[in-house]
Amino acid sequence: MTLLLDELSVSIDGAAIVEDLTLAVEKGQVVGLIGPNGSGKTTALRCVYRALRPAGGAVRVDGADLTRVPLRDSARMIAALTQEDGADLDFTVEEIVALGRAPHLRGNQALSARERELCRQAMSRMEVAHLAHRGVLSLSGGERRRVLVARALVQEPRFLILDEPTNHLDLHHQIRLLAMLRDTGMSVLVTLHDLNLAASACDRLTVLSRGRLVAAGPPREVLTEALLRDVFGVEASVVPHPLTGVPQVLYDLGSATSSTEGTPA
Amino acid sequence: MRSLPESGPAAAPVAVPRSDDVPPTSTAPMALIVTGLAVVLAVSVLLAIGLGAAAVAPGDTLRYLWAAVTGGSITAGEVTAYQIIWQVRTPRVLLAVLVGAGLSVVGVAIQAMVRNALADPFVLGVSSGASAGAVLVSASGALTAMGIYAVSTGAFLGALLVSALVYLASRGAGGLAPLRLVLTGVAMAFGFQAVMSLIVYFMPDGESTSTVLFWSMGGFGAATWGALPVVAVVTGVCVVVLRRFARGLDVLALGDETSASLGVDTLRVRRGLFVLTSLATGAMVAVSGAIGFVGLVMPHLVRLWVGAAHVRVLTIAPLVGAIFMVWADLVARTLVAPRELPLGVITALVGVPVFVVLLRRRGYLFGGR
Repeated sequence: MTLLLDELSVSIDGAAIVEDLTLAVEKGQVVGLIGPNGSGKTTALRCVYRALRPAGGAVRVDGADLTRVPLRDSARMIAALTQEDGADLDFTVEEIVALGRAPHLRGNQALSARERELCRQAMSRMEVAHLAHRGVLSLSGGERRRVLVARALVQEPRFLILDEPTNHLDLHHQIRLLAMLRDTGMSVLVTLHDLNLAASACDRLTVLSRGRLVAAGPPREVLTEALLRDVFGVEASVVPHPLTGVPQVLYDLGSATSSTEGTPA
Repeated sequence: MRSLPESGPAAAPVAVPRSDDVPPTSTAPMALIVTGLAVVLAVSVLLAIGLGAAAVAPGDTLRYLWAAVTGGSITAGEVTAYQIIWQVRTPRVLLAVLVGAGLSVVGVAIQAMVRNALADPFVLGVSSGASAGAVLVSASGALTAMGIYAVSTGAFLGALLVSALVYLASRGAGGLAPLRLVLTGVAMAFGFQAVMSLIVYFMPDGESTSTVLFWSMGGFGAATWGALPVVAVVTGVCVVVLRRFARGLDVLALGDETSASLGVDTLRVRRGLFVLTSLATGAMVAVSGAIGFVGLVMPHLVRLWVGAAHVRVLTIAPLVGAIFMVWADLVARTLVAPRELPLGVITALVGVPVFVVLLRRRGYLFGGR
């Protein structure tokens, strides 16, 4: 059970956003996609959750090209937390979470007892069970984010795609969420801006710069001072975490180099 | 709500069904609401058929209706009253029921399709197209082969023409972008309004005012039994089809990206909604003109009442819309009888204040604060 981005290329209005990106997510792995703003992380993910059609290459699940799979079928294999945070209508939290079952249900078929239990579990896992009857538009950004993760879990996917899941989350919930991802044993492809969290949470890191893959491997090998300087434009120190040994990035306000624009990746 | 036995062997662990085992969407109140609304609708229909310039008591109204349906007999002195009831008022009130239900449901669908709280069945320019078509036919005397349905046919064709133009103009690389749909529709509405004005300008004075007033404000004065089946089918199909895809409409409200990740093909859904709502609106406008406000406000009122989930909204909205329309039409034809007020005037005058008050009281949200 492998999710493979196979020489994926995307161009929008003639500009290449992602070029020849190849990366694999094996069963049970948490793979992090990191890179500066505009490096193509979200665009690559959009191809995986079917919001965008790749211009070249393919996204494959167990070898099968996703563009040949009906949308509903791929939604049963792949769930996504997109950067869309809102809802047009004031659904209750419970209703939003239940929509995760949409790809599994026909017509307006009601949820089964098992599916309602699944929703309850997902909500308590994301610590939003107490909000079940609240309108989603009245929640804070972090609460809403957690509701949407619960909805993705209810989809019972084989692969979970998360675009900046820790946005708006407080520290407690950032750590809880990433720890939960590890515990579920699900295969996860996630973009994260916080490199320290990424190093702690991910089995592998893939670094994108201007649409191209520039480094990939275990956090220990990828997160180096040279990479931070070349790709992120930051003069930082990388030190092992005193308890876990995972590489952690230390920086201060003088760390940013003048510009990353002209930096060769 | 568990009830524990007060006597007998105490403390024996009994499997008491937990209260939260009841489905969260609580189907019982929904059934109750639907039944209640159906009764209100039936009574409203009966009263509305009886009331008018010549009022008929509900008992007599029922007797005439019964005679008409079963082929029973009435006395010779009752023939006039019977004809008013059966030939004039019954089709009129039933048309109000169907159009009220239809516009409300189409309003829900259009708001979901273009993801806009301000959308109503006429936002894509259908009403202006219909008016222009109707005015053109009545001015030029075209479509005479259609007999008494000529003007309605013109209106329907005008509505379809606008829909087709809006569709073609807003189709693009990104599919049917909601905002582009709305903007194109609004622009097209202005265009066809200009066309209509132009035709009216060259029309003989007497006819033009009343024709334009009818098509832009709507009314059921021209209701006949002949028009009912088409509208019944249209409204019925809308309710059934949209309810079936209610979850898809819910998903659409989460955004296009999220919809894709949940297996909903937004382009296909929007295309389907576009065709369905265009045909339905065109058919309704063709028989009753553009009755404003109902399709905009009923969806919001119903959401305030039963929440946002489309399966509930689409169950309640047609009933509420039908009841509202029956009463609005009754007021329109009795307030200054024997003259008749344009229906759109009533729907707006009654609905706007109610809507504004409700919005303020409940802190209602559609797409954020």
